[in-house]
Amino acid sequence: MTALTVLRAGPAVTVQDMGRPGYLDRGLSRGGAADRLALAEGAALLGQSADLAALELAGLGGVFQAEGDLRIALTGAPMAADINGQRIAWAASHQLRAGDRLTIGAALSGSYGYLHLGGGIDTPMVLGARATHLAAGLGRVLTAGDRLPAGPDHGGRTGLRLPVTDRFTDRFSGGTVRIVAGFQTPLFSAATCARFEATAFARGARANRMGLALEGGASFTAEGQRTILSEVISPGDIQMTGDGQPFVLLPECQTTGGYPRIGTVIPCDLPRVVQCPPGGQLRFTFTDRTAATEAEARHAAHLQGLGRQLQPLIRDPHDIADLLGYQLIGGVISAFEEDSA
Amino acid sequence: MAEAGITTQDQAGTGFPVIRPVGLTGILVSFSDRLEEQANRAALAFRAALREAAWPGVEETSTSLASTFLRFDPLVLSYPALCDRLSDLLASRDWGAAPLPAGRRLFRVPTVFGTDLAPQLEEAAAEAGLSAEDAIADLGTTRVRVLTIGFAPGQPYLGRLGPQWDLPRQTALTAQVPVGALVLAVRQFTLFAAPSPTGWRHVGQTHFRCFRPEATDPFPLAPGDEMLFDPIPRADFLRLAARERDGVTVTEIAE
Repeated sequence: MTALTVLRAGPAVTVQDMGRPGYLDRGLSRGGAADRLALAEGAALLGQSADLAALELAGLGGVFQAEGDLRIALTGAPMAADINGQRIAWAASHQLRAGDRLTIGAALSGSYGYLHLGGGIDTPMVLGARATHLAAGLGRVLTAGDRLPAGPDHGGRTGLRLPVTDRFTDRFSGGTVRIVAGFQTPLFSAATCARFEATAFARGARANRMGLALEGGASFTAEGQRTILSEVISPGDIQMTGDGQPFVLLPECQTTGGYPRIGTVIPCDLPRVVQCPPGGQLRFTFTDRTAATEAEARHAAHLQGLGRQLQPLIRDPHDIADLLGYQLIGGVISAFEEDSA
Repeated sequence: MAEAGITTQDQAGTGFPVIRPVGLTGILVSFSDRLEEQANRAALAFRAALREAAWPGVEETSTSLASTFLRFDPLVLSYPALCDRLSDLLASRDWGAAPLPAGRRLFRVPTVFGTDLAPQLEEAAAEAGLSAEDAIADLGTTRVRVLTIGFAPGQPYLGRLGPQWDLPRQTALTAQVPVGALVLAVRQFTLFAAPSPTGWRHVGQTHFRCFRPEATDPFPLAPGDEMLFDPIPRADFLRLAARERDGVTVTEIAE
């Protein structure tokens, strides 16, 4: 079976999959990919199960070498990528031949990029999954010299892309996120909730797989904040720490906590939160349960239909058409030019 | 923005049990807003009943100190329908009086109380108004239950200790306690799964490892299990370490 070797890795490259549900009562959060939509997109591009593991590239990719022929797909935050110096399109599948060198640069927008292998990454399962859970000490960040075996690949065509619509690109630049009220929302006054909704937050510098700080608002405190009994936490919960600073809790969050939570990001909007780039802006809006459930149903249908939306890649030597297709912010093209120089 | 279906807590404290949402995919059945023996027992028993029921659409259950939590798929099971089912199940018996779930285990853990290995025993004893000897005699013979697991994988919150142990957290954190540290505050122990700073007082030291990812039973403790921290001399503790043993014995609890 073939493999991909890490020649150089960004600071936070990890193996991720859908995580380990079922251990909440034992104090282990589910973990898994920060952007699960990106995992599903990679699976669709390669025509395989979304349960297979991929590489999560936080902020920066790395340099990788194919040991043998390998199908790959690139999803999540767009990053400058090339094979042996030949620029390749993001949100697409490609063929690597034995010895090929894949270089993935920094995120051009968004935060987490994903590199998928045909057959998935076949590292050993621990507690039913391959996902690295840094907070729990399961697995570790990858470094130069690591070898990633690929699982058996049933094969299939490459050179396919996802339709790079607004829907695809929009989630990499922050924006408005829907939240639902929860059991601790009534601890916050109506005025505090209104102020929370009216605030444009900047993604804070403190952001990792456990949580993401929101900056720019004044303090948001709850009544009786110090005497709250420690209670269950779910990814997407927005908790107020002791000084009233909001934190969105992410896949590697603790399973219980004593800080009050003003609301919870609905699951289908969580990719937008995790992908908000450094300096990006996030707003939150309360939505009712019925509307949120409908949004989840539409999201589930979207995931189901990903495979039918694939398009053949236009093989322009400079992939200019693809670049324009991303509708990225200015400066991106020059970033590509620099990377391919 | 507040929506129907969220019940605020009854100020008189009589509004329990209460069913409330946790995000879009979670639901919490709380038996108290304080740590109470009855409420913890109820949460454990109710969770056991939910596991037994195995309703389609319920993906996971767990307990916290005084609540039972369910994670569900809102596209399979609607929140109102789940609330109705939970209400019916709640009304079907007195959960505070329900027996604890079957299959619980007792862990007896050799423990050094005090010495340089657990330097805050005397301070905690003084706070509780006891001599060090009396404190060890009490803490070393009190069977405590795993009330919940959290903070780190496999890490138990254990209780409840007698009222003399209702000690507040320290204002200054202890920079780091080692794996297996037995610490005390607010009538509870916790047993650290990993080296950690803590505001609780370090009264005992064990060789117990709460999280063993490489083992067939990675999380030895489950909510409802019980623990007893048998006092042993420091020299015996070091001898165990030299033999790479934790000295722990595990037995099934006959209900």
